[in-house]
Amino acid sequence: MTDRSARRRPPAWNATPAVATDAEGTLGGGLAPTPEPDLVQLLTPEGERVDHDTYSVDLTTDQYRQLYRDLVLVRRIDAEAIALQRQGELGIWASLLGQEAAQIGSGRALEKDDYVFPTYREHGVAWCRDVDPLHLLGLFRGVNLGGWDPNEKNFHLYTIVIGAQTLHATGYAMGVQRDGAESAVIAYFGDGAISQGDVNESFIWASVYHAPVVFFCQNNQWAISEPVERQSRIPLYQRARGFGFPGVRVDGNDVLAVYAVTKAALQDAREGNGPALIEAYTYRMGAHTTTDDPTRYRIADEVEAWKLKDPIARYRRFLEQNGHADESYFTAIDQESDEVAARLRTGCREMPDPAPLSIFDNAYAEPHMLLDEERAQFAAYLDSFADSSDGHGGHARTEG
Amino acid sequence: MTSITLVKGLNMGLRKALENDQKVVIMGEDVGKHGGVFRVTDGLQKDFGEDRVIDTPLAESGIVGTAIGLALRGYRPVCEIQFDGFVFPAFDQIVSQLAKMHYRADGHVAVPLTIRIPFGGHIGAVEHHSESPEAYFMHTAGLRVVACSNPVDAYWMIQQSVASDDPVIFFEPKGRYWEKAELDETATPDPLHSARVVRPGNDATIVTYGPTVKVCLAAAVAADEEGRSLEVIDLRSLSPLDIEAVCASVQRTGRLIVAHEAPVFCGSGAEIAARVTEKCFYSLEAPVLRVGGFSTPYPPSRVEDEYLPDLDRVLDAVDRALAY
Repeated sequence: MTDRSARRRPPAWNATPAVATDAEGTLGGGLAPTPEPDLVQLLTPEGERVDHDTYSVDLTTDQYRQLYRDLVLVRRIDAEAIALQRQGELGIWASLLGQEAAQIGSGRALEKDDYVFPTYREHGVAWCRDVDPLHLLGLFRGVNLGGWDPNEKNFHLYTIVIGAQTLHATGYAMGVQRDGAESAVIAYFGDGAISQGDVNESFIWASVYHAPVVFFCQNNQWAISEPVERQSRIPLYQRARGFGFPGVRVDGNDVLAVYAVTKAALQDAREGNGPALIEAYTYRMGAHTTTDDPTRYRIADEVEAWKLKDPIARYRRFLEQNGHADESYFTAIDQESDEVAARLRTGCREMPDPAPLSIFDNAYAEPHMLLDEERAQFAAYLDSFADSSDGHGGHARTEG
Repeated sequence: MTSITLVKGLNMGLRKALENDQKVVIMGEDVGKHGGVFRVTDGLQKDFGEDRVIDTPLAESGIVGTAIGLALRGYRPVCEIQFDGFVFPAFDQIVSQLAKMHYRADGHVAVPLTIRIPFGGHIGAVEHHSESPEAYFMHTAGLRVVACSNPVDAYWMIQQSVASDDPVIFFEPKGRYWEKAELDETATPDPLHSARVVRPGNDATIVTYGPTVKVCLAAAVAADEEGRSLEVIDLRSLSPLDIEAVCASVQRTGRLIVAHEAPVFCGSGAEIAARVTEKCFYSLEAPVLRVGGFSTPYPPSRVEDEYLPDLDRVLDAVDRALAY
């Protein structure tokens, strides 16, 4: 998406951090007082458009509407996926509820040639990269391990081991650098991942090689049951400083601010100004996955407070108040989202299980004698059932 | 013909790989100006530049993880892990990421990555510098695992590994780094995943690889003086395993001893024994016997000669096999 947005002043990340004034004595003692988030915001939770010294955004009405459509559709896709899991169609689902603005704002800030390394929750970013949501459902249904061509979408496979993909992103960015290409790489991860060795190593690599990679941390406050305080004694974006590159905290529920901040960081990376860390301050409104029960570890009041900061509600108010869209537009989008959900529901249920022998496909890129032998043996074994369709000839056996 | 050490064979092979494919990059700790702690990459940064021979920060997971990213971008990285015992910080990146990437992507992406690991004992080192971790990687689908034993194979096998579109774990017998052999650069190399009979014989087969090939050859010479003819096979490739070559030998000799430095329990010898039993049970005159490290951590270097399989322990196993 091209627009007239621009960063008006040098990045705020060169400024002295406004926190950690409590450094004296508190580190060895009790918990430090929670610092006020130094948050980049362009839309208040009430939907009021506010200015920021460094970041701005100025889109056309069509572009503003596009963001709304994205937000609503990915929330609808997410809700449908949860329903499908409850109906037994998916094994598990990791919901993005509450993080739509962080994902759509950053996803739409990307240029076509930029490359994305997601975690397993980036359904909104996948949407921005035109990955068919059915592929995502296929992964969680257990019929594939992703299934999309990463190089067609410039969107890598979901990575489930926490933080591992940040190193891939950084290495990929080193390749971009060697190719002399004018594109950037973005690595997604969460607040829990900030503790992983791989994430910290990727920060070091990106820093010392000045790689064109943007680290996009969605701080949704919870790593399953562990609050972000279990991962860090300082705001996450401040970690960047120690590694030698800029860090910024953006209101992750403000799609415009996320868009502006990410766009600026990506452009910096493309222009050879090295990596950046963006902490999108948001909230995981749902469970970690459909197998999780968050009432065991967090209080309802917290969730209620975050409901008031909902990314879609505030953005809708902004569109209404500024005359970018009216009721008929919102109704049309709701209708479209229902249609997308219906297509997804049907598509998911109709997804065939893979053929047994496909287990052997693509374990190696080149021929492999052991695999060939096992495939042939298993094929012969399966064939041995061919004449025993009544279950009594050949290899009769008792099911489960 | 040129007389070269194993280190030189690797160095020459890497140089060829860098020359033949602009996408080949070398990364690791001290591989640049220093030329590697064993000098395997000596002079390569000077000739190919810092962008292609990359000194990395000191973090093995970072080395392999960023190499995966480079490979996804179309590069063909060769990572050096400085010593066998230092590969474990990179274990997740190798086992969970690298090995599965092609499979998870339905074949849409390849990850042509070679990870060089100097392995084995015989150098009187401190802890974590003398280990033989090959079985961990053999157990992981998606990886290819090879081990060279001599300078000529080192030269060819490193080039073949770099050219492979699959990830290859490349084990180098550091205790044999300074052994010499004559290299004919115009020769045609054997396929990467083929075993080789390095000494023919009739009474028993000894299967081995890497640093233990030399030990087994010496054992065969000693046995010959006692009138026993031993066939020695250098496996060269551990995954996939050229089990047909092993079986062909066992079908003639009827006896098999597997020797390696790694602990015997769940070592590569266990897999070889199982497969040989399965494939040529009626040819066996004796159970498959294994000689290797004990079920202990690697001992202090002053007793490593007791821990590592030597000529006498190999011949002891031969005696036991022939006694059946």
